Amino acid sequence: MVEGRAPAILAARGVSRRYPRRDGGAGRAGAAVIALDAVSFGLHRGEIVGVVGRSGAGKSTLARVLLGLEVPDEGEVLYAGRPLREMTTREMQRMRRSVQVVFQDPHSSLDPRQSIGSILAEPLAVHGVVPPKRRRERSLELLASVELPAEGDLLGRMPRELSGGERQRVAIARALACSPDALILDEPVSALDASVRGQILNLLLDLRRRTGMAMMVIAHDVRLVGHLCERVAVVAGGRIVEEGAPAEVLGRPADAATAELLAAARWLETVPPAGARPAGGEPGG
Amino acid sequence: MRAIVEVTNLAVAFPDPAAGWRRVVDGVTLEVAEGEAMGVVGESGCGKTLTGLAVVGLVPEPGRVVGGSVRLDGEDVLAADERRLCALRGGVAGFIFQEPAQALNPVKSVASQVTEAARLHGNAPASRTSRLAASLLAEVGLEDLDRVAHSYPHQLSGGQRQRVLLAAALAAGPRLLIADEPTSALDTVSQVKMVELLQTLHETRRLSLLFVSHDLALVGRVVGRITVLYAGETVEVAGRDALFRAPLHPYTQALLATRPAEADGAPRRFPTVPGRVPAAREWGAGCRFAPRCPRAFDRCRRARPGLTELPDSRKVRCFLQGDAEEANG
Repeated sequence: MVEGRAPAILAARGVSRRYPRRDGGAGRAGAAVIALDAVSFGLHRGEIVGVVGRSGAGKSTLARVLLGLEVPDEGEVLYAGRPLREMTTREMQRMRRSVQVVFQDPHSSLDPRQSIGSILAEPLAVHGVVPPKRRRERSLELLASVELPAEGDLLGRMPRELSGGERQRVAIARALACSPDALILDEPVSALDASVRGQILNLLLDLRRRTGMAMMVIAHDVRLVGHLCERVAVVAGGRIVEEGAPAEVLGRPADAATAELLAAARWLETVPPAGARPAGGEPGG
Repeated sequence: MRAIVEVTNLAVAFPDPAAGWRRVVDGVTLEVAEGEAMGVVGESGCGKTLTGLAVVGLVPEPGRVVGGSVRLDGEDVLAADERRLCALRGGVAGFIFQEPAQALNPVKSVASQVTEAARLHGNAPASRTSRLAASLLAEVGLEDLDRVAHSYPHQLSGGQRQRVLLAAALAAGPRLLIADEPTSALDTVSQVKMVELLQTLHETRRLSLLFVSHDLALVGRVVGRITVLYAGETVEVAGRDALFRAPLHPYTQALLATRPAEADGAPRRFPTVPGRVPAAREWGAGCRFAPRCPRAFDRCRRARPGLTELPDSRKVRCFLQGDAEEANG
């Protein structure tokens, strides 16, 4: 977190990203949606950072720019202190191995035609980190690390045979295959049931304790990052409007965007007092 | 009070190579009184969506209703022909889904989609349709109406799309709205606004609501009563306040315990319901919740409890409730 130590695993320096406007209507050349507006952000070794904001705030664009999946229009992204645009193919491959990503919907991020075994073996083969003979053994270890039954039977199953929570565990196991230094999780639980969310979030807490891996958790629900993260960055309108320890940022929100997210979370978690707004009422008679 | 929805002991089955027909819903009982807001809650795979679809005769192929009864506004949905069902859909019951992007036609403007339902039901002369669309879009809280009306779905945000879908569902003036996870694809701020909007429509239009969601607390903001489903059957029905104050079924108790903690930033572990919902092929002879139930005893593993009626229109399916009987069949 403190500048001047080892360089951040990933860092954005004054990064801007614009998309052509597509609201039909005017369609004037030059008009653009600003997805990121001079954002600076760092993910340091071993830390767990939450990035919260509303849909369209720029959270996912920030993740895509950090991953090198999109090139910023201005500013610079660095991996271990080295600008992405100067990196050789080999350096890029190393980054692809050491920074992994988990998306919101395991239904669409897992290939429906691949068995769990081949989903897990693929990164091991692509990055050549485990000799072919040891891949099955490593796949079973990966299942165990995400608290799925480490049985050959599960390796033969297809994604559609698993529940949403189990699929997300497989997506996390795949991300862990090459023992990355950092994991970017983009809305890892928002497609899951309220009851399963806790299981996945606790798994992330355990993984971090066990591996010391850095994590960047993107979410629209401040309730998740508050309890998970050591640092929170609030994103609104393509900018980081507030950043700090969760207890501070969430305890004394300084920006209207933070206050809005907090108010929504509080409203959603509060059981209405007995008798309040008896919409429809109880059928008493 | 007159019921607008009456589902009794519903069973829905799908073909299964191993078992001929496999029941995936078996034992859902659900009643919505005219003007009432009813919540349907349970985890994925409990049968919430199929139940909602069965109410309007839309169980997807190759699924089939194989048991129980479904009445909508007094009419037997299972016996109704396609023409009657078309009149009931939209006219009596409107429907909104979790993912509005998939429910809207990508190549038609918002205005034409919103008026389509009204046109189908012959309620609005052609000359009035654009005014009707505008007033519906305003009623669901959309701003910048002129631009939105002439937009296509991909030009709108998720929250705007959900409102457009809602406006279309209201176009034919239904008395019941079935909302299946209407907030799950939205961010928390939009979730609050959508829930408040449903509350407003319920009150101003005297619209009956069937609000389907996995999120018990969120449903509790809108509805007066809640039906809890587990593994294809109704396990508890109670007034909202009674359910939150004193849930009777161990599954309801577990669901209530998983509500996220306060957003105070203090690090702590997240509460969970251990285990998972069993797939239909894993249902045994006993209570379907027994494998996850902290209070299960011998009888729970041997026999399946029936849905027992309690005072105050409460219902519960659990042997821990004194005089619970065993389900037949």
